[in-house]
Amino acid sequence: MRVTFTANGKPVEADDVWEGESLLYVLRERVGLPGSKNACEQGECGSCTVYLDGLPVCSCLVAAGQVQDREVRTVEGLSEENGELGLVQQAFVDAGAVQCGFCTPGLLVQTDALLAQDPQPSDTDIREALSGNLCRCTGYEKIMDAVRLASARTCAKAVSE
Amino acid sequence: MSGTRTIQGQKNLQKIHQASKDGIGGSPLRPDGTLKVKGEFAYSSDMWHEDMLWGMALRSPHPRANILSVDISEALKVPGVYAVLTHEDIPGSKYYGLEIQDQPALAIDKVRYHGEAIALVAADHPETARRAVKKIKVEYEVLTPITTEEQCLDPETYGYVHEPHEYKSHGSGNVCHSQKLVSGGGVTDEIRALADVIVKGTYEVGMQDQAFLGPESGLAVPAEDGGVDLYIATQWLHVDRQQMAPVLALPEEKVRLTLAGVGGAFGGREDLSMQIHACLLALHTGKPVKIVYSRDESFFGHVHRHPAKMTYEHGATRDGKLVFADCRIVLDGGAYASASPAVVGNAASLGHGPYVIPNVRMEAIALYSNNPSCGAMRGFGAVQACFGYESQMDKLAAELGMDPVELRQINAVTQGDFMPTGQEIDAPAPVAELLQRVKDMPLPPPLDLENLDVRTLPGALSNTSHGEGIVRGIGYSVGIKNVGFSEGFDDYSTARVRLEVIGGEPVAMVHTAMAEVGQGGVTVHAQIARTELGVEQVTIHPANTEVGSAGSTSASRQTYMTGGAVKLAAEAVKQALIDKGRRRYGWEHKDITLVGGKVVSETGGVLVSMVDLLGDEAIDLTREHHHRPTVPFDKETGQGFGHVQYTFCANRAVVDVDVELGLVKVVELTAAQDVGRALNPLSVVGQIQGGCTQALGLAVMEEIVVKDGKVRNASFTDYLIPTILDTPPIPVDMLELPDPHAPYGLRGVGEAPTVSATPSIVAAIRNATGLALNRVPVRPEHLTGTL
Ligand code: FES
Ligand code: FES
Repeated sequence: MRVTFTANGKPVEADDVWEGESLLYVLRERVGLPGSKNACEQGECGSCTVYLDGLPVCSCLVAAGQVQDREVRTVEGLSEENGELGLVQQAFVDAGAVQCGFCTPGLLVQTDALLAQDPQPSDTDIREALSGNLCRCTGYEKIMDAVRLASARTCAKAVSE
Repeated sequence: MSGTRTIQGQKNLQKIHQASKDGIGGSPLRPDGTLKVKGEFAYSSDMWHEDMLWGMALRSPHPRANILSVDISEALKVPGVYAVLTHEDIPGSKYYGLEIQDQPALAIDKVRYHGEAIALVAADHPETARRAVKKIKVEYEVLTPITTEEQCLDPETYGYVHEPHEYKSHGSGNVCHSQKLVSGGGVTDEIRALADVIVKGTYEVGMQDQAFLGPESGLAVPAEDGGVDLYIATQWLHVDRQQMAPVLALPEEKVRLTLAGVGGAFGGREDLSMQIHACLLALHTGKPVKIVYSRDESFFGHVHRHPAKMTYEHGATRDGKLVFADCRIVLDGGAYASASPAVVGNAASLGHGPYVIPNVRMEAIALYSNNPSCGAMRGFGAVQACFGYESQMDKLAAELGMDPVELRQINAVTQGDFMPTGQEIDAPAPVAELLQRVKDMPLPPPLDLENLDVRTLPGALSNTSHGEGIVRGIGYSVGIKNVGFSEGFDDYSTARVRLEVIGGEPVAMVHTAMAEVGQGGVTVHAQIARTELGVEQVTIHPANTEVGSAGSTSASRQTYMTGGAVKLAAEAVKQALIDKGRRRYGWEHKDITLVGGKVVSETGGVLVSMVDLLGDEAIDLTREHHHRPTVPFDKETGQGFGHVQYTFCANRAVVDVDVELGLVKVVELTAAQDVGRALNPLSVVGQIQGGCTQALGLAVMEEIVVKDGKVRNASFTDYLIPTILDTPPIPVDMLELPDPHAPYGLRGVGEAPTVSATPSIVAAIRNATGLALNRVPVRPEHLTGTL
């Protein structure tokens, strides 16, 4: 089957998609957007998190056919138009929250979604919001730091605007 | 060739010029961080090549069986299938292994563990491959698996995992390796009589998994010269190649490996997984072949942490001085040897802990069984033992009515003491101080029942308690780990450093084969080059087999070993540049060095800019760094200078336990560690926190459940690793006492916290509940008595 949707604002189409393929597979193997990661393909780790029509979802659990005519935004779409890092991305780099980085794309999308909803989450709110994203390397402390940093910068930006 | 994304994979690190001045001791950002947060960093599973095929393995559903026949004819008929291979298609040696070549690349006539690979398929789509795999017909004669210690040690009755004639190990029967150790008077009735109190305990550690997030994966591309290029996530490129080449019947230089992005490793990538399989398929089909394990295949495809059964007996005087320790550690190595011999050596030589004990008797063994194979995992044989000896320390303290921290401090080793191996500890060993530091850190505030957020309680989002039935406990522990490869292994690493003028600036290029698995070695290498060469711009060349071996990214050794090699190579380049200046300008100064892109002398000021001195000639030098030699332990007495360096970490855990439901919430996990010299403090702290979290996992949730040789929980649904809700704040107190034998005085960092933190959490749960708890992971049923 043929699937057409927008990915990071650009129209994409994938041909010969087998009906069992996931959105994750289509993004990674057909569309050339391998940023979303394949760690469990069971909805358990959050590494594959993308926005689907503005809501974060595990793309490994979304059948490719389900995204027909819909909007997908991946980690690649979190960067600025000019290729500069987005605010959440920069915070993760600055805080040392990236080690192997395999969990990072999913965490970035989830953090972006959290801060869009609540720019000043408490630590417990952060933990709750990110509890579906496994990270095996960092022990999460630096990830907490990154989200707090992103939150502070989001708020500072809001004030200055 | 239009495999554009493959080529990107080769450039993961190459194109980064880090515009930071930070040398060692600073915390510059990771050179790969930007690509990683953009989603552009190419991990091994992201490799892509036009016209590539997907490889997949058929795996055994039985832990022990004879293979009567394999019929691949139906699988070959599936449209889109390009190859189906069995061991008969292997051109070279059929066996490989890290220390003992006992593992078939594809099963031959029998399977020895649940999930062993039997046949391979290459197809145009992963689903085609999956369907073809299902069509391979294997006839088995299913045998009763050998799974318990009792069965393993009685092969006459229960059989052999490897029949004596096919046996390749140094042991005998189903014993893969054993190591004894006796020091002082050993443990005899006379020695026992010297102790006022004696405590005994038996302890068990379940099978933990590395559970790195990036699945085993890679892309093999057949080359025109008949060789193969493999883009791969691994811990040690050269040792992979060494094991692969004989199986592929190729000379080593025709098996070229380039490191693709690695999504964590923790020991699980020390053994081969899909490397040989992808290359066999690629060479057979003449097409690029990608293999990406699914999560369940990942659980079958790599070795795990050895589960252990341990008995400990400690004797002490009334005032708390240890008199003797009697220890036996039995590790289940599973079907193939992997790193078991070295794990046994570690368990035996570190298994009594960082304590001065005048009389020790120890025996550690690894068994062959039909359970999953076990090998390297962060902490490597020191983890299991630490749970044993630290549990004993708490027991002994209780028996003596002493403070458990004080008891540990009274017996703690310090510089100048001797290990039971007879090896002198010839570098700082601040064990008592580390304990004091975690003890002195402020405690988290007590549970505030008034302003309760249930999400912070045991059970968290499940809303299982509103404070009722919650009891708090505190526990302490300390551990010891060796750094680097031990027991006479000629451990070395190679680095090539090139200095040249690019765009009017001096730029250093660092080329090593070090596997960056997330630990941050690439950052540190750039820091070292910057420090030694006084340049700002450093390029890290992708790791591949074009340069000499870097050894493994394991044993907390890479900064020590490859960092050391980068230092040596950079120093040599610096010397060559200064010599060039001396020849050209006739400098007489003795104190010439490189700073800020200039050649300077304290007495003569700026002598010349590096750009002018270099001109268009690059200086390119390669150096090897070997650590000081060690020797194998004597087989019977365990004596010998076996370890390069020791490293220590102490922890304090605070836990809340819901005693009604058996749920545990770790409230805080404090760590104090001596890191010798922190080359990159941000990374060091990150390593300690990550290490503590894996230890937390082992303490309360992580276990591969194996029943009758079968793995019951090969998924992230059933094998639980700590989430951000399970993980508490982890305050880290870093001590820096330089090791005189190590480059910059540094100490390996990554493993010590994984060794030490588990017992502190269990101690805290004991403190909260009063239960004995002699097994990890501690499960709810252990706490509620509903086992
Ligand atoms: S890969 Fe989708 S949740 Fe793990
Ligand atoms: S950084 Fe490796 S899994 Fe999170």
